[in-house]
Amino acid sequence: MTGGFEEHKTRMAQREDISADQVEIRLAADPACLCVVRAAVQKAAEMSGFDEHEVDDVTLALEEALANAIRHSYGGPCEELIVVKLRKVPPGRDQAAGLEIIVRDFGRQVDPQEIKGRDLEEVRPGGLGVHIIQSSMDEVEYTRPADGGMQLRMFKVVGSSNGAGPRSGHDKSYD
Amino acid sequence: MTETNSVVQKIRREKDMVVLELSGDIDLHRSVDLRSSLLETLGEQPAVTVINMREVGFMDSSGLATLVEAMQLSRRYGGQLKLVGISRRVRSIFEISRLDKIFQIYDNEAEALSG
Repeated sequence: MTGGFEEHKTRMAQREDISADQVEIRLAADPACLCVVRAAVQKAAEMSGFDEHEVDDVTLALEEALANAIRHSYGGPCEELIVVKLRKVPPGRDQAAGLEIIVRDFGRQVDPQEIKGRDLEEVRPGGLGVHIIQSSMDEVEYTRPADGGMQLRMFKVVGSSNGAGPRSGHDKSYD
Repeated sequence: MTETNSVVQKIRREKDMVVLELSGDIDLHRSVDLRSSLLETLGEQPAVTVINMREVGFMDSSGLATLVEAMQLSRRYGGQLKLVGISRRVRSIFEISRLDKIFQIYDNEAEALSG
C-alpha cells in the first residue's frame, strides 16, 4: 500500500536532530518568498561572525541558489518545496569556522558536471547565477540525491574575504 | 509574503532625458516590475536614461539581467543608460560579473548629467 502513511514514515525516518547552531527553512518555489529567506540568512551570517562583505556574499549566493532552483529545477514559480538548511560550523582541528548552507529541491535533476558559470566576456542578460555563487562562496557542490531533485551544498569560511579592493580573493576561473 | 510596492518610485522627465528613481530590493520577484517600467520608458527612446539606485538595498542577477537588457535596448536606438547612487552592497554584484566596466556608473545625478 502506498500513500499518506508510507510517505509519513519516510519523512519521519529522514528527520534529523537539530541544534541551536542550525536553522531549517521550508519555502515554496515562489520568488515572493525570497525576501524572507534573505533576511534570515543575513542574520545567520552575522551571528556566524562574518564581516559585512562576507554577509553580503552569503546572502547573494543563497539568493542565486534559490532563484536557480525556482527557474531551472521547477521551471518557474510554483508551490513545490525548497528546503534551506543553515548551519554555523565552529572551528575544529581540520575545519575552519564558517557557515554551511544546503539548498534542497525536488524538481528536475541535471548532471552536476553540466552546472557551470558562463563566459563573462559575453555581455548579455542572464546566466550569471552559478558564477556569482562560485565567486561568493568557498565551497560549492551540486549533487543529485537518489530520491530526486537537486542538492547544493555551499560553505563559506569566516574571514575568507578581506573586503579590500574589488572582490579581492574572489576572482576564480570557471569554464 | 511579498513586497508589493513598485520598484520605480518616481519618473522625472526633463527635455530628452528621463530619470527613474528606484527603491527597495530588486530580486527575482520584483525585477519583473522593473523590467516592465524600463521597457515602457525606453519605448519613448529618451536620449539619456538615468537610473537612480540610491534607495536600492539589494539586487540579484535577475535585476542585473534587467539592467543589461535595458542598456542594450538603449544602445540599439543610440541612447545612453546611466546608473547613479549604487551602494557598496549592490556594486559588488556588478564587480563579480565584471559589468562595472560595461555600465556607465556615476556617484550622483549631477555627475551623470555632466558626464
